[in-house]
Amino acid sequence: MNRRSPAGYTAVPPWIYAVAGVGASFVLIPLLAMVAKVNWSQFIPLITSESSLTALGLSLRTSAASTVLCIVLGIPLALVLARGNLRGQQLLRAFILLPLVLPPVVGGIALLYTFGRQGLLGHSLELAGFQIAFSTTAVVMAQTFVALPFMVVSLEGALRTAGGKYEAVAATLGARPTTVLRRVTLPLVLPGLASGAVLSFARSLGEFGATLTFAGSLEGVTRTLPLEIYLQRESDADAAVALSLVLVAVAAIVVGLAYGNPQRTTKAKVPQ
Amino acid sequence: MSIHHRPWATILTATALILGLAGCASGTVDNAGNQSPSGSSTTSEPSGEITVFAAASLKTTFTTLAEKFEAAHPGTTIKLSFAGSADLVTQLTAGAPADVFASADTKNMSKLQDAGLIADTPIDFATNTLEIAVPASNPAAVNSLADLAEPGIKLVICAPQVPCGAATKSIEESAGITLAPVSEESSVTDVMGKVTSGEADAGLVYVTDIKTAGDKAKGIKFPESSAAVNTYPITTVSTSKNKVLADAFITSITDTEGQKVLTDAGFGTP
Amino acid sequence: MSFHFEATLASRDFDVSLHCEPGETLAVLGPNGAGKSTLLAIIAGLLRPDAGKASIGERVLFDLGAPARTWLPPHSRETALLAQEPLLFPHLSALENVAFGQRSQGVRAAAARSSARDWLAATETEEFASRRPDQLSGGQAQRVALARALATSPELLLLDEPMAALDIHSAPMMRRLLKRELAHRFAIIITHDVLDALMLADKVAILEGGRIIEFGPTLEVLNRPRSRFAAGLSGLNLITGPTRDEGIDTDYGLIAGTSESPLPPGTLAAATFSPADISIYLDPPHGSPRNMLTASITEIEPHGDAIRVRAGQLAADITVAALADLALEPGMRVFFVLKATAVRIYPA
Repeated sequence: MNRRSPAGYTAVPPWIYAVAGVGASFVLIPLLAMVAKVNWSQFIPLITSESSLTALGLSLRTSAASTVLCIVLGIPLALVLARGNLRGQQLLRAFILLPLVLPPVVGGIALLYTFGRQGLLGHSLELAGFQIAFSTTAVVMAQTFVALPFMVVSLEGALRTAGGKYEAVAATLGARPTTVLRRVTLPLVLPGLASGAVLSFARSLGEFGATLTFAGSLEGVTRTLPLEIYLQRESDADAAVALSLVLVAVAAIVVGLAYGNPQRTTKAKVPQ
Repeated sequence: MSIHHRPWATILTATALILGLAGCASGTVDNAGNQSPSGSSTTSEPSGEITVFAAASLKTTFTTLAEKFEAAHPGTTIKLSFAGSADLVTQLTAGAPADVFASADTKNMSKLQDAGLIADTPIDFATNTLEIAVPASNPAAVNSLADLAEPGIKLVICAPQVPCGAATKSIEESAGITLAPVSEESSVTDVMGKVTSGEADAGLVYVTDIKTAGDKAKGIKFPESSAAVNTYPITTVSTSKNKVLADAFITSITDTEGQKVLTDAGFGTP
Repeated sequence: MSFHFEATLASRDFDVSLHCEPGETLAVLGPNGAGKSTLLAIIAGLLRPDAGKASIGERVLFDLGAPARTWLPPHSRETALLAQEPLLFPHLSALENVAFGQRSQGVRAAAARSSARDWLAATETEEFASRRPDQLSGGQAQRVALARALATSPELLLLDEPMAALDIHSAPMMRRLLKRELAHRFAIIITHDVLDALMLADKVAILEGGRIIEFGPTLEVLNRPRSRFAAGLSGLNLITGPTRDEGIDTDYGLIAGTSESPLPPGTLAAATFSPADISIYLDPPHGSPRNMLTASITEIEPHGDAIRVRAGQLAADITVAALADLALEPGMRVFFVLKATAVRIYPA
């Protein structure tokens, strides 16, 4: 598409560009500083060491799993928040979005007191033969806890933009609610769902605090890439920097996929 | 055309401005550092304020010691900053202003020495040994180091990259046992957290950490711990602007009264 | 299979009952906010009234008065809705849009598509079968939407101003299609356009303030409007008053006309007449058997080739030449004169 209309007037005062430049530098310069710190001669061996690859693999697997969980749990939540008319819905939204502003370590503590061995549900789960603490499951749960709001926010916004008109028409054409959901609602909000999934994945990938508190840290089981970086920093700063760069690269690819093409986000708005 | 070019010029200017500011800022630090010798007071009576960077495990004791020192020397202020020893060294080499550094191990002190940031030969002022920490009820009935290797025991230890983990590793080697932990944490605090919350059946931590946890955890001594005795060195940082006060504070820690505070908290004497 | 409907909804001040005979098309007219869309939404099951019941033949759509309340969900009502906007599903092709209803009811894909093709042909849109909705013009999209609604073989077709959003080139074709498709169908169409009512509907209901104020065969309602709204629709003047021996006693004076049935003196009656039949005089004409109404001019505006002169509730159409001749201005007190044969009188 034509991204820049040559004659188009944009009402942006010039000084805005200066402040925007400061803002961009604030984000870009630290990233560049990190890149400058990379020990390039050792870069490949550092990031391909067994522990690094194990951590990266674990991170990708758990993030994928928690993204799936976010989709499964996030779609119903977003639908209820966008379309439902339950009492206390505002309150429900506030609580679901809480992990967005909560320090992840608080989320970790909350999960610990719920699913930990001594936790609210953990004791019954353990009696039933499920051990969550110190398992990869715990990592996925911690990631889902912090990533779910991203999915819900993104999807609820898309649902509200799409509105309920198409669903009403579909119903009068004889489609049952589940058919309407499958054939009308979800296809309409697919871009919102996709960007929600990408954001959830990115958030899961970066999750640290809740994982550390709730899941622990063991190579191949619970030590994801951020935990590996945190640990490497204690002994081998070069390795930590190299792995940080890997994480930045993966995150940049993921976010680029979600927001790189502005056409996709505008498509969320349905032509009238 | 010029309209399209101008914003980019503005951005570049702004960026250059920031980079310039950053350059200026680091220059100021250098200047201050160079000025420090002439700025230091020659009076022998300690006064003013200093900043002490101390290992996280020293939090309780150093807080007490600083209060005692301030009470004994009116007009002095001891500011304390606690973090992992490795973190503190990273901060110091990056130019963080501190007068005294107390490390939880000799390795990190050597790092600072290699960076040329210590003023005097470090003094060893305390030792710490590992102990088995179990939840107050000791649900897995752990009594010895060998019990930790039993299957089904949820054991949490420090990762080998951090001092307490290195100590754990040498004990494992000297005792000839293999531990299979469910988690290798990056700090003692995280290990204690998992033990006091009951998530783990046992953890290997320092004697002093168990004392700090109070009723929530119980310590079990084991003879094999002598294989890894951790020594805590302390020194004045070379960039200190108040070496008199820094030296006086270090002395207060190595004297009898200071040592008593440390041994009460579970530290050993070097 | 007659349609029976009665419902009240206090929050929208809605209280309507309707009855239609099999195969009839009912046009619902009324000013904005009269409750026309509320009526369709309740019939379609998208809005729940406080009380009431509705049925098509033996089939109960809802019955909120019975001890066991009945409320069929929209998808079980067989009342397809065609709105002002086509609302074609943007992610489906025209063909898939039309096949949607049947697919939702479990018809196999191939059969549903084949039927959808027939409906596209019926609405003269088969050439757009593979296009996405955003590749269709407003008129094309609305025709596909009509095909989509018809493809479900609804027992009752609901049309909410289906031509309101169309441009002047697309509307005639849509009207022609609707005339053909609604001829033998049970349908309710909301419209602003009296032409739609005349062409498409067997019966007309005038809705105002959430109530039906007129109901009857289309021609009857439009020719003999009892409400000002209906009269305005058909372009007629409407004034009411008690019957006297010589005519109807209105605010503007006595008016005589022809009546289909004799009216006993004292009954409330309505007189209708066309603005074109009125002549305007500055002074009362003498010795004429004609009706003479006295009124003050409120507005003068162009109306097609003529000039429309409004005086209160009255409107008269005069030529530009007459306007110049009389030098009319708002505020002037004038005489509207017309023959008794141009006035129709019936009970109000």
